[in-house]
Amino acid sequence: MGLFDKIKQGLSKTRQLLNTDIRDLFRSEGRLVDQAFLDELFELLIKTDMGVKSAEETVEAVQSAFRGRVVQMAEVLEEVKKKLKALMAQPAEPIRHAASGPTVIVVCGVNGCGKTTSIAKLARLFTDQGKRVVLGAADTFRAAAVDQLTVWSQRLGVEIVTGQAGSDPASVAHRAVAHSQEIGADVCIIDTAGRLQTQYNLMQELSKIHRVIGKLIPQAPHEVVLVLDATTGQNGISQAQHFTEAVQCTGILLAKLDGTAKGGVVVAIRQSVGLPVKYVGVGEQADDLALFEPDPFVDALFDGAPPPR
Amino acid sequence: MFESLQEGLGSALRALRGRGKLTESNMREGLRAVQTALLEADVSFPAAREFMARVSEQAVGERVLKALNPTQQLVGIVHQELINLMGPVDHSLRLKPPLSILMLCGLQGSGKTTTCGKLGRMLVQRGKKPMLVAADLQRPAAITQLEVLGERLGIPVYAEHGASDPVAVCRKAVDEARRSGAEVVILDTAGRLHVDEQLMQQLSTIERRVQPDQVYFVVDSMTGQDAVNSAKAFNEALELDGVILTKLDGDARGGAALSVKAVTGVPIKFIGTGEHLDSLEEFHPDRMAGRILGMGDILSLVEQAHEKFDQEEAKLAEERLRKGEFTLDDFRKQLSQVKKLGPLNKVLGMLPGMGQMTEMMGNADAEGDFRRLGGIIDSMTPQERGNPKLIDQSRRRRIAAGAGVEPHEVNELVKQYDGMADLMKRMSKLGIRERMKAVQEFSRSAAANPGGRLVKQKQGTGKRLTPKEKAKLRRLREKEERRRRRQERNK
Repeated sequence: MGLFDKIKQGLSKTRQLLNTDIRDLFRSEGRLVDQAFLDELFELLIKTDMGVKSAEETVEAVQSAFRGRVVQMAEVLEEVKKKLKALMAQPAEPIRHAASGPTVIVVCGVNGCGKTTSIAKLARLFTDQGKRVVLGAADTFRAAAVDQLTVWSQRLGVEIVTGQAGSDPASVAHRAVAHSQEIGADVCIIDTAGRLQTQYNLMQELSKIHRVIGKLIPQAPHEVVLVLDATTGQNGISQAQHFTEAVQCTGILLAKLDGTAKGGVVVAIRQSVGLPVKYVGVGEQADDLALFEPDPFVDALFDGAPPPR
Repeated sequence: MFESLQEGLGSALRALRGRGKLTESNMREGLRAVQTALLEADVSFPAAREFMARVSEQAVGERVLKALNPTQQLVGIVHQELINLMGPVDHSLRLKPPLSILMLCGLQGSGKTTTCGKLGRMLVQRGKKPMLVAADLQRPAAITQLEVLGERLGIPVYAEHGASDPVAVCRKAVDEARRSGAEVVILDTAGRLHVDEQLMQQLSTIERRVQPDQVYFVVDSMTGQDAVNSAKAFNEALELDGVILTKLDGDARGGAALSVKAVTGVPIKFIGTGEHLDSLEEFHPDRMAGRILGMGDILSLVEQAHEKFDQEEAKLAEERLRKGEFTLDDFRKQLSQVKKLGPLNKVLGMLPGMGQMTEMMGNADAEGDFRRLGGIIDSMTPQERGNPKLIDQSRRRRIAAGAGVEPHEVNELVKQYDGMADLMKRMSKLGIRERMKAVQEFSRSAAANPGGRLVKQKQGTGKRLTPKEKAKLRRLREKEERRRRRQERNK
């Protein structure tokens, strides 16, 4: 199954929902674009979590293009898609590997957003590419977080570096990177404890992990991935902002996109923080990971609509 | 928590306030701003629309427009409607002897296992004998996580490593609870997507076979518009009895609280406000509505203070306060008492009018400051603590070396203490009403003077001003006041 299909599969729920709803707007052949129509469109866009600002902009675009006219669904869809694609424009961005030595990836996010599962997926992706992976279990705070990652490392057959519960996460990260250098691993993925972005001290701890790794390999960490729960609403913007401030995130992994949540907040994040989405998680299995591509992401939202005439 | 909603509503209402007179058209404008604030706080669209319809209906009526203070009327309406939307509430766990069964369910990562531990701790505190059941066989190491929590809390955990049927585990756990004399069983089920029919089916099977007395839906307060979909699906599959809202200690706007309540009609029972196991609070819609509107939440603070302050010591401090003898020793004790309440910005956020302060403190490391202050006081001799005037240059250097700080920090502490002692002395002369007023005034002046320290009030010099000079000063003060108001409006 291609990556495109995977995104489509993950987004199918979203698509069905948005699609049927938009179709409801056009029960007959065409409909007059009036205030009631625009209000309904606004509601549909708000329901994707894309945020008031993006939704308003989109509605305005539709309004200036179609106000007072009787329109076909395809026309409006084209306009909405065009607008969203312009908002989300970015090249597909896989993980950039280091020129030499291990590529260090730090994975961070709030509590319960799916960090550990996402790490398993990333590890699977790299082992499938024939790379040697080391995991660093630097979540020493939450009960049994280390055990959770250890179970995954056994399932995937990758090495793992762990520390005592309650020990300094930065020391675990340091040892994991050092071990990767020693055995000549290609990728080292560091798991961190979930933390709310407003907890100043914990964000400092994250910066420390960042600094400590940089002492071993000057360019490291090469990637800092923020895992974002697709069900998250507008708080996602604050998450992206604060984590980027603390550890210079390089991209987002949008997890749990297999439910009815639309992950539309990435549109708002793209607008205000500029952080690109790298991957999307679409299931609980280790291979449920796909590269994010904005055009198919937007297209898949409206897939199945009649082609423009 | 709820700050951003608070902020959005605040600015919307401030915009109205500046108008002086309300007309129907600018009222509508203000209401639209309120709606935007709600949507930005992730209140689901239908819930926000319904809420706005109810508020507008009352707000646009003659009664409000002609009222003496229309803006306050409007705030009152929004406040009341928020309470109506989030309430009524029912905190009781409806325990019934000999054995009650509570079941937790929700999406992945909503915080079920942690909440399970927190509930267990709450029950122990109430003198019950709970038992936790690891019914999450899905996520790797979920069982171990619950076992670790149980061990930390001293609560028995029923778990079967290697089991694959959660229904069987739950049934056996209940039998075991009966045998061992536990009074409350808490089932920690696996997180699941509401669109996963098979797993939802499994949940209803557990419900049918085990017959829990209460089923709680655990939901992440950061959830967006999708909260409605999942809450609805879980409510249809299970008949929920309550909702537990988690991760409210961040800057989540908490709109999910309004949406979930609106779609399920099920009361919100508890809120999770921290990573530690004692961070589970009862949900009070009136207090929460107050918090949203920036009216503060004194009651929760008082309750917490009651639970965590050493009552005797507090009484003693109060007495010394009244007498106006407030030493560095008392200061030190108060520091450690306040620390017991939890993170400082959380505490401040509950005080009326202090919401802004926490925001201004922003990233200032209040905890670290507290620790440093404590360290400095600890490095003093009892005499110095009793009478800080003793501290000369040489003593200052010794204290600084002992606490690992710079000598000027010792000086700052003493100055701060002077200001505080002065404030206390003034407060001790006031009645309770005036005291509240003084606190509010203090917080206002602090908000106008960020980063400023408490300073000792200057004694009068005895110099008399001519009426002309007095008038000039008054004009200056008024000008400054106007400028500050303008700035606040434009913010």
